[in-house]
Amino acid sequence: MNLAMPDAQRTLDEILNLAAAQFKVPREKLAADDDFFKTLGIDSLQTLDLLTRLEHHFNVELPDYELQGVSDFRTLASRIQARL
Amino acid sequence: MLNLDQYTCLGAALREALNRWPNETCLIESDRDKEKTRLTYSDFKEMAMPLARALEDAEFHAGDRAAIIMTNQSKWLISAYAIFHGGGVLVPLDYKLTAAEHLELLVHCKAKFLVVEYFLWRAITQAPGFKDRKVQAVLVTEAPPGTDLAGAHRWEDFRRKGDAVFVPRQREDVACIVYSSGTGGRPKGCVLTHDNYLEQCKALIAWYPFWPGVRYLSILPTNHAIDFTVGFLGPFVCGACVVHLRTLRPEFVRDAFVRYKITHVSLVPMVLKNLERGLKAKFEALSPSKRFLLDRLIALNKFFTGWRPDVRLSRVLLRQVHQAFGGELRLVVTGGAFMEPSTLQFFYDLGVPVVNGYGLSEAGTALTLNDLKPFRADTVGKALPGVDLRVLNPDSEGIGEIAARGKTVMSHYLDDPELTAETIVDGWLLTGDLGRFDASGHLQLFGRKKNMVVTQGGKNIYPEDIESVFDGLPVKEYSVFAANYVWPVKSLGEEMLVLVLRLEPGQEFNETLKQDLVARNRRLPDFKRVGGWVIWEKDFPRTAAMKIKRMALAEEMRKTLSRAAVAGL
Repeated sequence: MNLAMPDAQRTLDEILNLAAAQFKVPREKLAADDDFFKTLGIDSLQTLDLLTRLEHHFNVELPDYELQGVSDFRTLASRIQARL
Repeated sequence: MLNLDQYTCLGAALREALNRWPNETCLIESDRDKEKTRLTYSDFKEMAMPLARALEDAEFHAGDRAAIIMTNQSKWLISAYAIFHGGGVLVPLDYKLTAAEHLELLVHCKAKFLVVEYFLWRAITQAPGFKDRKVQAVLVTEAPPGTDLAGAHRWEDFRRKGDAVFVPRQREDVACIVYSSGTGGRPKGCVLTHDNYLEQCKALIAWYPFWPGVRYLSILPTNHAIDFTVGFLGPFVCGACVVHLRTLRPEFVRDAFVRYKITHVSLVPMVLKNLERGLKAKFEALSPSKRFLLDRLIALNKFFTGWRPDVRLSRVLLRQVHQAFGGELRLVVTGGAFMEPSTLQFFYDLGVPVVNGYGLSEAGTALTLNDLKPFRADTVGKALPGVDLRVLNPDSEGIGEIAARGKTVMSHYLDDPELTAETIVDGWLLTGDLGRFDASGHLQLFGRKKNMVVTQGGKNIYPEDIESVFDGLPVKEYSVFAANYVWPVKSLGEEMLVLVLRLEPGQEFNETLKQDLVARNRRLPDFKRVGGWVIWEKDFPRTAAMKIKRMALAEEMRKTLSRAAVAGL
């Protein structure tokens, strides 16, 4: 039985909620596979701001390099999930 | 500061610096809010010598090439010094490239040694082509204990006792190979000599000297020409201190300014814009009375500093703003990409002088810099001492291609005499940038002649380098262009890459094709992605060797398509 799936989905949902709140975008406009640079209209530094917020929320520490090459919410969620 | 005329190579100048200021702090490494390393010049020497000796024992000889792929940290500079000490050639590679790109450039530059951070090495070992690499020895920093390093050495253990022999180089010898672009298509390895760097340093510190007590915040990647010169060589030959911050998180960047009472920093436009956004948000949140007072103080500061910056006065008038930067910030250097004049003016009006400049890897680092006499937000400054600039074939408005000549101009492109001959003509470096000089000798830029974009993060992106991601796309043919190359706008803003598609007869652009484009585009790092697409109704003009005639295609598109036809991707 795969118990990880519900947790992964919850992590993803929470990331989408937080991103919507931080960048004032309607939650329903964000999808798991969206390119967050484009959907949120943000640059890489603003993405790091989001990462900081996610760290506080999930109580994990994510090195900057964890985000290198990541541009969609689903992959971001998997990186965070791996450190929970 | 050292008299750089006395030295024939970077190794000799740096070596003298380590002996000249043994008790001054030269390097601080901070990760988030934790200080990890603090070294005096004497400590730095003690850290570097065993590495230099180990390199010597490993048959690293004068002229051998050693690449570094690392984020900003103390081991970057220590390794660079050890390489120069042994007479080696340093190849600083951009850590943000993909592992496949790293491998490609390592092959291209024929690196004998590689110094690399663990997380990057892990990615490289998993990239296709890893087994074919020719690097003789790899030093990996900060690898977790017990990790299999695929034959590499631990940087921390790669040390030998005993003095290393200093290997002097001549001014015309190669110091660094710097890639100004270039993977996928045609790597452009700028071959820069010791003379190039020593003269560049001399020119920069003639206008903006450092001294013991200066604390320079290094957050641009050290492989970036600006940080390598202004954030390593410059401070070291002046006995100053470099503060490395291992994160770009805006909150920790702001904190580092205060914690280390930073006096100097170099930033690319993206970071400066981020700081501007943060400050403006704070200003907006002020009560009406406080905001009124702030606006009056800014106006007063503008009045008194219109002709020359007066940092002391600005710190008194706008104390809280300056305290947010630690209270001792004297100068911000920016360049590497187009900076909006309004942002430069915003900081200058707050009493934070932002020195804007212009340069390219092919010219060492900088060709021009604002001399603040007075501050000009609308230009990239005047030619640095020793740099000759001219405008080629100016149009009726005086705008033409900028050509540069001087001791900082590179020797050549590595293994590419044809490209070198196209780029350096009769001793003049053709920059591909369009500009003109105003009556006071300030250079204003108006766009690019070359087919490339420069990101807000200061990275050059050449369309040829990213086209391979669209290989196999189900269309008749495709090509990527810089939008401003096809449709010149006499500006350096609004830069984007455009994918030009020639569909098969009867084929329609449908959702499936669009999703294919989106998926392929995402395989590229975010700063390299295509911003839009456009359909072209004719076959592409091609050479006899079937290469696309890019210039001819761009000209045809310019005549028959408007930029408005580009759809966002």
